[in-house]
Amino acid sequence: MRALIIDDSRAIRMILGKTLRGIGFEVFEAGNGCEALERLQEIGRADLALVDWNMPEMNGYDFVCSVRSKAEHADMRVMMVTTEAEITQMIKALEAGANEYIIKPFSKEAVVEKIQILGLIP
Amino acid sequence: MAISAESFAYLSKMIYENSAIVVGAGKEYLVESRLRPLVAQNKFSSIEDYVRQLKATPFSTLHKEVIEAMTTNETSFFRDIHPFEAIKEHVLPEMIKSRASTRQLNIWSGACSSGQEPYSLAIMIREHFPMLSNWKINIIATDLSEDVLNIARKGCYRPLDINRGLPAALMVKYFEKQGVEWQVKREIRGMVDFRQMNLSGHWPSLPSMDIVLMRNVLIYFDQETKRGILGKIRRVLKPDGPLFLGSAETTFNLDDSFKRVVMGKAAAYRAST
Ligand SMILES: C[S@@+](CC[C@H](N)C(=O)[O-])C[C@H]1O[C@@H](n2cnc3c(N)ncnc32)[C@H](O)[C@@H]1O
Repeated sequence: MRALIIDDSRAIRMILGKTLRGIGFEVFEAGNGCEALERLQEIGRADLALVDWNMPEMNGYDFVCSVRSKAEHADMRVMMVTTEAEITQMIKALEAGANEYIIKPFSKEAVVEKIQILGLIP
Repeated sequence: MAISAESFAYLSKMIYENSAIVVGAGKEYLVESRLRPLVAQNKFSSIEDYVRQLKATPFSTLHKEVIEAMTTNETSFFRDIHPFEAIKEHVLPEMIKSRASTRQLNIWSGACSSGQEPYSLAIMIREHFPMLSNWKINIIATDLSEDVLNIARKGCYRPLDINRGLPAALMVKYFEKQGVEWQVKREIRGMVDFRQMNLSGHWPSLPSMDIVLMRNVLIYFDQETKRGILGKIRRVLKPDGPLFLGSAETTFNLDDSFKRVVMGKAAAYRAST
């Protein structure tokens, strides 16, 4: 399974990458929404995208809207991983097509449990 | 500040007698690390100094603090998901039929820690069983530790805890923000009755239970204590009521009047008569 980690912080990408590899994902990275769309073009498809909200060039919310406007990535599960913790923001992201949501700071266990909730691992 | 063998023996005995938690040889490091904050907080100069005071006074909050510090309160919403699935898919649909005349369900979460387990049940019932809205649903949640019960009653969780096991859709529906914390909405809090109870002590009278969750707590006890608790659970559990244990726990070789029943991906135990 493939996961795309989209965050402008290299440290966060590293932490998430380590956790995801640990549960069997092949990991790809992008530093913002634009890069993420390019990366998706290159690799064709991903099973999971972990998306930060606030990033330069294209933010995570716009990335979600963009991938959800096209049919090709319809089955990709999208999880926001962000400091944006207002309920209205969460609802906005879920309505735009995000499937799950993690608020920073998070623990490794939380990431694994949420991926279980998404049905990607047993 | 290493702990002396004598103090360790005293603490280990005191903790066992008042909670049944087994702190055996080799756990000195654990006692030291859990007590260090209390030593500072209560302004003792060392663990030895603290123990001297404990020995010199009758059982008090000072002793209680030690015991509470030795409990492990790790938990999460919908922990190990399968028991919750089993309750949703098997247990409740059956009970909706079998309890149709009384319209009442008593559910007990023994060792509920900071409340995630009973709240997960309450949220699941609200979310998936609208037909139970005019039933009397009593979720009784007990724990030894007053500290965790205080968190549970408030139902306020930090981001680190709210992230654990709770689907985002339920989070936005059943919680409210209180600053950076997330509080379970009043309608859900009102479904759970939190009470202090020592599983290894004298049991207060409990209503006859339809479902019991006793998860991830027996592991801290010795065989004799486990056996005693399982025997008492048998007496409060209705004959067709399931008992759910933690994923590493079993009644096997402890109380063979419980029979294992597989429900989807979970196992439950029913007392055979
Ligand atoms: C690891 S938590 C389990 C929480 C929850 N049931 C779960 O599975 O996620 C264990 C709990 O058992 C409680 N406990 C330990 N000894 C106890 C006793 N003698 N009586 C009642 N509760 C006890 C602790 O305070 C702690 O909150």
